[in-house]
Amino acid sequence: MKLQWRTFFALLILPLSAQPLEGFVEGRLGGRLQSDPGQDSATIRELRLQVGKTHYAGPLELEVKADLLYDDLDGYRNQVDVRTGGGWVDVRTASAAFRPTMWMDVKAGRQVLTWGTGDLLFLNDLFPKDWQSFFNGRDLEYLKAPSDAVWISVFPGDWTLDVVWTPRFNSDRYLDGDGISFFPGTYTPDNPLPVDEPDGMEWSLRAARHVGSVETAMYAYEGYWKSPGGMDAEGRGIFPELRVWGASVLFPAAGGLLNAETAYYDSLEDRQGTNPGVNNSEARFLLGYTRELKTNLTMGVQGYAEWMRNYDAYTETQPEMQPARDEWRRLGTLRLTRHLMNQKMMLSGFVFYSPTDQDMYLRGSVEYAWSDQWMTTLGANAFAGEKEHTFFGQFEDNSNLYVAIRRWF
Amino acid sequence: MKTLLLIQMLLSSLAFAQTELSVDDIILKAEQAAYYAGKDGIADVKMVIHDANGGTRERDFRILRWNGEDGQQKFYVYFRSPGDVRGMAYLVWKHGRGKEDDRWLWLPAIGKVNRIAPGDKRTSFVGSDFVYEDVSGRDPAADTHEWVETTDTHYHLRSVPKDPGSVEFAFYEVWIDKETFLPVKAEYTHSRGEIYRRVTADEVETIDGYPTVIRSTVEDVSRSSKTINTFSNIHYDAGLNERLFSERFLRRPPREAVQ
Repeated sequence: MKLQWRTFFALLILPLSAQPLEGFVEGRLGGRLQSDPGQDSATIRELRLQVGKTHYAGPLELEVKADLLYDDLDGYRNQVDVRTGGGWVDVRTASAAFRPTMWMDVKAGRQVLTWGTGDLLFLNDLFPKDWQSFFNGRDLEYLKAPSDAVWISVFPGDWTLDVVWTPRFNSDRYLDGDGISFFPGTYTPDNPLPVDEPDGMEWSLRAARHVGSVETAMYAYEGYWKSPGGMDAEGRGIFPELRVWGASVLFPAAGGLLNAETAYYDSLEDRQGTNPGVNNSEARFLLGYTRELKTNLTMGVQGYAEWMRNYDAYTETQPEMQPARDEWRRLGTLRLTRHLMNQKMMLSGFVFYSPTDQDMYLRGSVEYAWSDQWMTTLGANAFAGEKEHTFFGQFEDNSNLYVAIRRWF
Repeated sequence: MKTLLLIQMLLSSLAFAQTELSVDDIILKAEQAAYYAGKDGIADVKMVIHDANGGTRERDFRILRWNGEDGQQKFYVYFRSPGDVRGMAYLVWKHGRGKEDDRWLWLPAIGKVNRIAPGDKRTSFVGSDFVYEDVSGRDPAADTHEWVETTDTHYHLRSVPKDPGSVEFAFYEVWIDKETFLPVKAEYTHSRGEIYRRVTADEVETIDGYPTVIRSTVEDVSRSSKTINTFSNIHYDAGLNERLFSERFLRRPPREAVQ
């Protein structure tokens, strides 16, 4: 399979090599605001070159985008793994798209996919995320990891029907203790979380429709928990089978935009909730509202909740030493975005706060464009929590400050 | 004899009605000429932003426009440069008088279509001195329009906002070409009585039968910055399909927008 992908990429790169390239060079440095035993004092120290090009060849649209990376903190940077993006090259996009008929689109290959209505909260978007990049101070672009998939859309009447087929499971670029620590001290760069990844296929479906200014959609997913969703007898992280059903709606209201989304996560390998080594089924709910408070100042608020099914079975089978989760996990978020100096400067703040977990996560950044080519970003990721086992609380030793300089070409 | 005189008077009053347009007629004709020419339109826009310190920034994009019924319009804007906006696409559905527009932005780096919350239409368009309303047109019903004077070549009008709290100007004056009905100059005055903003049509050419502004400037007098827009590759009645103005084509920009 790996060889086939290489051939595919090579075939794509050939016609593109004659084109002038577009992209950027970026240096990024970030450090911990406190020490973390077992981790480097830096969270990020890298130099990155992104190059990309889109080329039209007859009815085909070929697109390639790749990052060449010198990641000073990655001990395995010489070991390139094209599939997972490990090592000094990360192929972000390598796809071929065409329109077989006026009512159908096809895009095959590596591509970044997103859907759903949440802002940094994902219910029905089960495309791979890169949590390492999200927390260590990389650009938000890197929260989305690419999928190796075939995406087919058909457009009967007012509807859009999307089918995404991923022949081999693309997991999240999940946290494994290398760089960002969790359950403090358990896993480190020298002793990362061992996992057992499945290689079956994934299916993502969406049926979307506009009714006037209202956007509605229904979703389905068949595959696996995207980040380790349990533990096997050898203590390895596993990715149990998962089926997700969901729906969303988004419409203008009260001078802003309202969105609501829900999803049911059917954990197929533990439907009774009695296996402590596999995630229970859960339901997720989201309500969001975005509006411009005044010129150049936008606010977004979200309320989010996760409800664990078979909670009694969970508490009964949970090993005594392990702290138990609550039946309901509630989360609120607030985003404020301010544009200044004719949009040359952008201030952005995003807070997650969970009253049930008593933890929080703050993402803040100041972006300044010196010119059309040069851009600087200064940002912070701050975690705080009462307990060590809650979602954000466990990251407390990873609070960091980072700076980046980027030159577009 | 009396009847003849009466008929003559009637005829001349009819003729008078034909040549002497009302202020509102002129405003509507100007809106038509400036924003609704043809069934659809395509143009490449090069925007050069000159700031007070002598620095310049540039934006290159293509606009596709489609006209529907009752003032409905759809716009598709595809950005080519600079790097940080390259490949982004912006979609607007204008629903006509007094209704909020629907707006979306395509972010190719994360593969996401972002619906944009209804916003202040007097906000800078992509960091330039143009505001959103300069690009998509201001609702004529939002202002009260009155005569200032008619010269040999222009109608000179003054427009006062009905809701002064919603805009940054106290009024603006506009000069409309009597032949083409294109607004060729607009000057915005704030409540302190000074002109702080000036938009001019610097060059006009007839393309596919429609008089078209091919270069325009907006000067922000108070900030001493200005932005110059140059339009090229302009086509009208290109037969654009309404389907292009959809989420489908945000995710996969159509060749009409890209090439």
